[in-house]
Amino acid sequence: MTAAILVAIWAAASRLAASPLFPGPLDVARSLAAAAAAGTLVRAVVTSALRLVVGYAIAVVTGVPLGLMLARSDATKRALGPLLLGLSSVPSICWLPLAIVWFGLSEAAIQVVIVLGAALPITLATESAVRQLPPTIERAARTMGARGPTLIFRVLLPAAMPGIVTGAKMGWTFALRSLMAGELLFVSGGLGQLLETGRDLADTALVLGIVAVIIVLSRVSERVLFGPLERAIARRWGTATP
Amino acid sequence: MYAATKEWPAEAGVPAPAPAPAPSAVSSVRVSSTIAPDPLAIAALQGVSLSLGDPAVSILEDVSFSVAQGEALCLVGPSGGGKSTILNLLAGLVAPTSGRVLWEGKPVDGPARDRAVVFQDAALFPWLTLEQNIAFPLELAGFTKAERRERTEELLRLVHLLKFRGSYAHELSGGMRQRGAIARALATKPRMVLFDEPFAALDGQMRELLQNEVERIVRATGTTMVFVTHQIDEAVRLGDRVLLIGARPGRVLGDVPIDLPRPRRRGPGDVSAVRLVQSIAAEIRAEVEKVAREEADGAWGSSNSRDGSDPRRHLGGGI
Repeated sequence: MTAAILVAIWAAASRLAASPLFPGPLDVARSLAAAAAAGTLVRAVVTSALRLVVGYAIAVVTGVPLGLMLARSDATKRALGPLLLGLSSVPSICWLPLAIVWFGLSEAAIQVVIVLGAALPITLATESAVRQLPPTIERAARTMGARGPTLIFRVLLPAAMPGIVTGAKMGWTFALRSLMAGELLFVSGGLGQLLETGRDLADTALVLGIVAVIIVLSRVSERVLFGPLERAIARRWGTATP
Repeated sequence: MYAATKEWPAEAGVPAPAPAPAPSAVSSVRVSSTIAPDPLAIAALQGVSLSLGDPAVSILEDVSFSVAQGEALCLVGPSGGGKSTILNLLAGLVAPTSGRVLWEGKPVDGPARDRAVVFQDAALFPWLTLEQNIAFPLELAGFTKAERRERTEELLRLVHLLKFRGSYAHELSGGMRQRGAIARALATKPRMVLFDEPFAALDGQMRELLQNEVERIVRATGTTMVFVTHQIDEAVRLGDRVLLIGARPGRVLGDVPIDLPRPRRRGPGDVSAVRLVQSIAAEIRAEVEKVAREEADGAWGSSNSRDGSDPRRHLGGGI
């Protein structure tokens, strides 16, 4: 309903502006349809999505264990804590120039940026989630004979799951941002490049259309990836479903 | 600072918390570091001291006592007195700075399944249902699925929670959570159950109900129990013996046998229990006042350093 009103306002505004620089919803839809028909849109979406999934998976697989180590080992915390906090204040796209020098204009260069962008929030969220566990959870587990991997995988990680999922969700957003920034900066075949194409051709309708596609993709992927997890957590911990 | 201590009226009149001649019921007040090895003891602390932190703060000083097989021992004393620390030592969750913690004659070197703990906050795992919580220690102990199911059901029945087997901790009341925690602690049939103020957060009726349950369950299973509480009536209600634990640093102030008949139900005619409670309370009062005074002095220190003005101006300011 609100969406319909917003689209109506947008249509009215673009009619008033009557400028090719400010396309209305119909122009945007037409240009998206054209891109879809040509196959460029689908190819771009698939390329970007694959990159995102691969980079994000690497980020989760490195970020969660790293966060766990920071929470559990004081030596790791002293050694890496300040460094990671410092790194987390650097936008991940700042690493792209270095990544290009190292890996060339390649998949790897973009993956570096995605992983760096997503892994840090996941690491920091995991660390604080594990640190903030009520101490009796671990003590209870130890009196039941839980040690080593059993303690970590059967107790600490499940107990910290609400915080880890929050961090993972943040990491997803960061991964998406890093991906788009990376794709804008060099020819890459993804959605970011389609945005660049729109700018080169002064095709504002295409640019707006891609932005809309990105919004939809990020909302849908969040819902699909994190919805079930968040519902399971709300059911178990008794927190409100977001 | 000088003015503050001078104006504190309680300072002078309070007797030292040294073991005063015991009033009638407090029979033997034992403060000794050398306890003869008790052949019946299942667990013992021998001259245990513990300091934590940097700079080191002494939590326990020269604590010695033993727990007999099948005994219900209650530790009572002011909050912050190191009672829970003693429990953690017995559980093997904490190691002493000096002295020895013995379990069946051997030094304790970590937690083990024959010593279970019931924590004040129940500590049920939120991601598991009640049933899964109780089955968890069984699974770690290597029981088969069928055995786990059977034992879990038996325990759920024992604590009257069969109906709530599929509930998560947040869906249970405080009393139900504690009963669940007790069932979980009993799951692998431990030889000793350690209770760390498990009913402190519950209301009076629920506490009494659970005290009856604990008495019933512990009697039925013949388990040795060490029960920490800051409520003297609870200690007298449950214990075969009550240890008085002093504060800062924690140490054993007294050792009181409770020779009341069981099962114990509280009633108006329960004069002997009331007498015991009163005499123990008198014993502990000096200790509680000592702690309160230390805490108040601490507050004085910080308020002085904050503004540096005349501390006397603030006397009674917060009332």
